[in-house]
Amino acid sequence: MSVTASDPRLTPTRQAPRKSLQFSWSDPRFRSIVWQIIIVGAVAAIIWYLVSNTSRNLEQRHIATGFDYLGRTAGIPIGETLLPYSPSVNTYGWAMLIGILNTLRVAVVGVVVATILGTLIGIARLSNNWLVAKLAAVYVEVIRDIPVLLQLFFWYTVCQSLPGPRQSFHPIPGVFLSNRGLKFPFIDWHDSYVWVLLAFAVGIVCAVVISRKATVKQNAVGVRPSTWPLTLGALIGLPLLAWLATGAPFSPDVPELKGFNFAGGFSISPEYGALTFGLSIYTASYIAEIVRSGILAVAQGQWEAAGALGLRNSTTLRRVVLPQALRVIIPPMTSQFLNLTKNSSLAVAIGYQDIVSIASTTLNQTGQAIEGIATIMAVYLTISLSISFIMNWYNARIALVGR
Amino acid sequence: MSQSTAQLSEAAGDPVPSIAGIAAAPIAVRPPPGVASSGPIGWARKNLFGSILSTIVTLLLAYLLVTLAIKAFSWGVLHAVWYVPDLGNATDSSACRNVQGVGACWAVMTDNYRSMLFGRFPYDEQWRPALVVALFIGLYIVSAMRRFWRKELLLIWAATLIVIGVLMFGGVLGLSYVQTDSWGGLPITLILSTFGLALAFPLSVLVALGRRSTGMPAVKYLCVVYVELIRGVPLITLLFMASVMFPLFMPAGFNPDKLLRAQVAFILFAAAYLAEVVRGGLQSLPRGQYEAADALGLSYFHKTIFIILPQALRMVIPPLVNTFIGFFKDTSLVVIIGIFDLLLAGKNVLALPAWQAYSTEMYIVLAGIYFVFCYVMARYSRGIERDLGRSIRR
Repeated sequence: MSVTASDPRLTPTRQAPRKSLQFSWSDPRFRSIVWQIIIVGAVAAIIWYLVSNTSRNLEQRHIATGFDYLGRTAGIPIGETLLPYSPSVNTYGWAMLIGILNTLRVAVVGVVVATILGTLIGIARLSNNWLVAKLAAVYVEVIRDIPVLLQLFFWYTVCQSLPGPRQSFHPIPGVFLSNRGLKFPFIDWHDSYVWVLLAFAVGIVCAVVISRKATVKQNAVGVRPSTWPLTLGALIGLPLLAWLATGAPFSPDVPELKGFNFAGGFSISPEYGALTFGLSIYTASYIAEIVRSGILAVAQGQWEAAGALGLRNSTTLRRVVLPQALRVIIPPMTSQFLNLTKNSSLAVAIGYQDIVSIASTTLNQTGQAIEGIATIMAVYLTISLSISFIMNWYNARIALVGR
Repeated sequence: MSQSTAQLSEAAGDPVPSIAGIAAAPIAVRPPPGVASSGPIGWARKNLFGSILSTIVTLLLAYLLVTLAIKAFSWGVLHAVWYVPDLGNATDSSACRNVQGVGACWAVMTDNYRSMLFGRFPYDEQWRPALVVALFIGLYIVSAMRRFWRKELLLIWAATLIVIGVLMFGGVLGLSYVQTDSWGGLPITLILSTFGLALAFPLSVLVALGRRSTGMPAVKYLCVVYVELIRGVPLITLLFMASVMFPLFMPAGFNPDKLLRAQVAFILFAAAYLAEVVRGGLQSLPRGQYEAADALGLSYFHKTIFIILPQALRMVIPPLVNTFIGFFKDTSLVVIIGIFDLLLAGKNVLALPAWQAYSTEMYIVLAGIYFVFCYVMARYSRGIERDLGRSIRR
């Protein structure tokens, strides 16, 4: 017994003696502390120098500070607004909000279009058809190597050189393409449409539940029950019922040529169109490369195994390859989404009024440059961090769960 | 048929396979497929007309391509106007107006190529920016060749950049002084991107090392904040900052010119992105390299200079070149704060009444110039990637 007790292997490992901080250059901890003090001190000194200069300059030029101007009447005319806005009534703060919404409108639509287009082109680049693959490759090479600003100028010029409203392209009744943008019919908003939207939301929930149940059944029996009639009923039938129940209000809003311009209808301005289109085309070329390399990263054996199971090429792609490729695709895709959002600030070059454009007009009018640029930076940082957050969450969800 | 092929194979000297003395029945050689499976026709059958859908797509695309090519040829070459008569001061673009909509007006480039490439640089002195462009291109070519990858390259860079500065500014050696406000065109694009990257790169290495440092949390968080802040906002905000806020930051009376301010903004922007690329290289280095250097008793400085950076930087050359391409394109954003780079010089030509209608041609030419630079860099990066891949695989 005493033998085991004196077994040297069983003596508890002692902590290395904790050395006190030596005030000598040969102690790495002391060195690192000194370096940190020097570096942080230098940065702080530079910042203090800049801040003191700035406050002196602001005083000399009699420029006000603070965000009081947000409450003043803006007087900036804004061409496109998602919310009601009038330059003589609304404040700078409200104008900025409209700018933020305009930025988001470009970013959200651009991200969706670029993702769809980029995925298609990335897959096309791997096509068995030589012509399709080569065309996709040429698209990617050419678009990626031209500055996006130049492309935006080009598309904007194309939009502007379209014929005037009177000679506009008129492919189908109610749709006009002219240098005033694209006009197409839309439905007038009725308050009862809220119920229709609500019914649609319920329909989505039902569809998800139906799909879950089908999966449970498939896991148990091996055959997936046919779900599309029920899903279709939930997604289309429910809103339709709600619409009928509220008295089926419907009044189309068709654009008409009146004088030198159009009245009514839904319109996409040339600025918005050129910006969203140009950014989508540009970002799609990057997304195509990401999708292609993601698909190539999936081992060839996965294709062959799926083929051996008798799956068709398209089913293999959808059910076997893409889910695995997504893990490789998502992180670089996130940075492309961020790039598109940040590139939407180029709107200022072609006259679309996004947050940068409105904030820079504001800072020209008020002279409060620091607050204006701080606003722009805060908005973009918020958007960037939100996109990162959402994509990281999605990435964690689809990540391979190890044992 | 099978008999004849068996005879053939025997005649060719193929031994009939036999196992333990029992002659196996000769395997009948199948006749070759009726249609060529190799050669151009076989290739087309496989790659263009593999299935019904593929055939339809091929025919449709081929039709579209041919129509487009004929139209482009007719517009860009057949009916194009290359030169317009030179009437001294006035330009007569009537020849272009006559073919509007039918043919391209390349005269917009041939008549204005000097103001497009060199902006408002004094006309008689434009050999200087031309020489600068040639020097830049020479510098890129020399830097791309691996046999020049040694310490002397840094000297070559320093010398060339100084010569470029002398040529652009003048004021010495009998060259007349030209202020930066009169610079313009391609040299500005090349200056912004080259000087920007040459100065951003060392800064980015420092930031990347700072962000990776374990013993100095304060420095680490400083670097993290810097990188994430810059990467989170668009380049435009930094350029706005340079043009609007920078004068406020400086003591009264000190007002550096616009180009320098944009250059500083560009360096700060590029350094943040490059730092992330370099950090990728630092992270991909196996821990053993760090530990081995520590075990040898090297100081942090020696470890970093002799062990870590040479390996880490070599690994990130392809992504570095890709980042360079991105910055080369991004220099065009200085248009927004009114600096005369290639794009704005081109747009300025379009502001002339005679050339207003020919923006398509101008943009195609500008896109071509940017494309050539970027495409060459991209090809180069791919070549390097292949070479490095080979050495890693070995």
